[in-house]
Amino acid sequence: MENRPTSVWTSNRFWRRSATWVTGVAAVLLILLTFDSMGQMQMGTAEDIQNKVTKRIPSPVVINYKIDYVLDPYRGHEVPVIGGQEVDSATGKVSSKFEEKENFFGRSDWSEEEARALIHKGKLTIQAKNCMDCHTLLGNGAYYAPDLTKAWLDPAWSSEGPLQAMTGASSKEEAMAIFLQNPEKYPTHERMMPNLGITPEEAKAVVAYLKFMSAIDTNGFPRNFGKIKGAVDARK
Amino acid sequence: MQGNRLYEGQRLALKYFTVAVVLFGAQLLFGLIAAIQYLYPSFLYNTLDFSIARMVHINALVVWLLYAMIGAVYWLLPDEAGVEVVGVKLGTIGFYILTAAVAVVVLVYLFVQVGPGTEMTLWLITEGREYIEAPRWADIGIVAVVLVFLYNVYATVMKGNHTGILVVLMADLIALAGLYLAGMFYTDNISIDQFWWWWVVHLWVEATWEVYVAAVGGYILIKTLNANRQVVEMWLWIEVAMMFGSGILGLGHHYFWIGTPEYWWEIGALFSALEPVPLVGLFVHVLYDWGKERGKGNTIKNVPAFAWLTVETFGNFLGAGVWGFMHTLPQINLYTHGTQWPAAHGHLAFFGAYVAIMISAIYIGVQGKAGLKEMKMTRTGWWAISLITVGVLLMTVSLTLSAYTQTMVERGMHGATWEGYFIAQANKWFVQGMGWRLAAGLSVIAGYAALVYDLLTVTKKQPEEVYKAEEAAAQTA
Repeated sequence: MENRPTSVWTSNRFWRRSATWVTGVAAVLLILLTFDSMGQMQMGTAEDIQNKVTKRIPSPVVINYKIDYVLDPYRGHEVPVIGGQEVDSATGKVSSKFEEKENFFGRSDWSEEEARALIHKGKLTIQAKNCMDCHTLLGNGAYYAPDLTKAWLDPAWSSEGPLQAMTGASSKEEAMAIFLQNPEKYPTHERMMPNLGITPEEAKAVVAYLKFMSAIDTNGFPRNFGKIKGAVDARK
Repeated sequence: MQGNRLYEGQRLALKYFTVAVVLFGAQLLFGLIAAIQYLYPSFLYNTLDFSIARMVHINALVVWLLYAMIGAVYWLLPDEAGVEVVGVKLGTIGFYILTAAVAVVVLVYLFVQVGPGTEMTLWLITEGREYIEAPRWADIGIVAVVLVFLYNVYATVMKGNHTGILVVLMADLIALAGLYLAGMFYTDNISIDQFWWWWVVHLWVEATWEVYVAAVGGYILIKTLNANRQVVEMWLWIEVAMMFGSGILGLGHHYFWIGTPEYWWEIGALFSALEPVPLVGLFVHVLYDWGKERGKGNTIKNVPAFAWLTVETFGNFLGAGVWGFMHTLPQINLYTHGTQWPAAHGHLAFFGAYVAIMISAIYIGVQGKAGLKEMKMTRTGWWAISLITVGVLLMTVSLTLSAYTQTMVERGMHGATWEGYFIAQANKWFVQGMGWRLAAGLSVIAGYAALVYDLLTVTKKQPEEVYKAEEAAAQTA
């Protein structure tokens, strides 16, 4: 079928074989890396937290703990900190203490089973309501509404923030849940969130998911989250 | 014109092309709604919200491209293999099932929109995973129809000629179909969810679809220029090596910030930075062949198809290559991830890499249906290609300016919070970009109207010499 090539560079056979080898090697490398990544990305357990083992994706019981997002000079970017931080004096490396708790809907003793059930419901609701077609989660999704990766830590929802005050709730989680159920009653901007028929249980579960998600180690994304508020208005 | 014989497979291809063009219209309509909502957020608020408009906009795009891709394969398959498509009846039944399923899915998207947070919603209404929101029942239906399609392709090639183009397509299509399975399960772990979700999305659009384009582009070059098959196929294998060599591990550029290990920074940066290389090759190849055939005094056998193929090579290189590279390195992507940057890149990349070549393939079908040996471009055809291409380019530049503003203001100045996000969204330059994007969208829609008209009439509006040449050829035969 082919003419005899004058050089290997014009030989279809050579290029066919090259294509096959290159594709094969790339695919095998991807599969090996995927196995490694899957190992590192398994969701942690309550036992890990008891043993102070940091996981990239922690156990859902992190909803019982205070979560922060601080600069780790050792890694060169921000990292999530669960239950207070510990700093290694030699390297500057920041790690979680898993000690400081905080109430989540009035309790800080959510068992692993309860917490898992909550985030299960939360994730299902996030998909059922198409959150990703307006918001980004871990930076992926649509760009019509704010990124939710670290929404739990957003100063706007803190006790001094305008959004918590707007709902009249006394805690961040309650404020978020009230907002999710009646977004058109609490316009946060000209671009309002529509009413998606979110029930009280679903709202609670979604907020749990947001808190859990803020504790995922995202290699420093988003950068400087909530840390430079006021920087541009520093003279005020 | 005069009677001409089409393979049954090619008649099926024309059905796929027809639905593809209709869904292309739906894509533009819902894109228009979403673009209006950026400027006037109360437009259709709580009726057809941005989330729904955007979902239908992108799903219509993906589905029409898949329709056109399946159509183009059914068109070239009997032509290349030299035999009728095996199992064409089954393929036709598959077409009707798929189309009915698509219609139901769209109606549910529009009128049910969202469901309660239960597994049932994922099965019946939406899976809520960007780009592949189709509910699980539809996923299973899609897999069944694709299996029929794959059977037809494999059985036909086994029976007929094994050309290089067909061999590449066979290998590529099985990978393309298999990858869809990676997006069909549920997990509470959002990082693992997004990890596998990118297997579908990235390994489709930055690997298997690109190889598909290279194969179909090779076929169109042979059809429009009489390009030398051996050279086309040699290039095709080089393209495959470069596309899979860069694109498979280029997947790493989606694994920078989703809870994945840090080593993806280096892997993703290196391989995705190489991804534009084959696109330059594709571009050089088409222009080189064009010049070579012109030098020999040969005419182009289908001018509109070739013109769209040229747009494809420019658009693919610029949109996928240049605009992709601009924000692919982790040092930059840390600030651009989740902003309008991917929107700017996505619009030009999908247009350049996929839309243009599918329109080219549809023109090949239109020519074949009429049985014309040569087909020139009409005035309407020029309007269509100009309005659409200029529109998408302008849209991309507008979104890029908005993206730049967003990155600097939201990420650089305000640290990506809710407040920073809305300060950037209200920035004058951001809003201006959104305004120009809407204007550019109207240009694309005008171009689409011209395109539909041209596809329906181009074979009847050829210059006199085309018909005279046809008659002369018919008489000698």
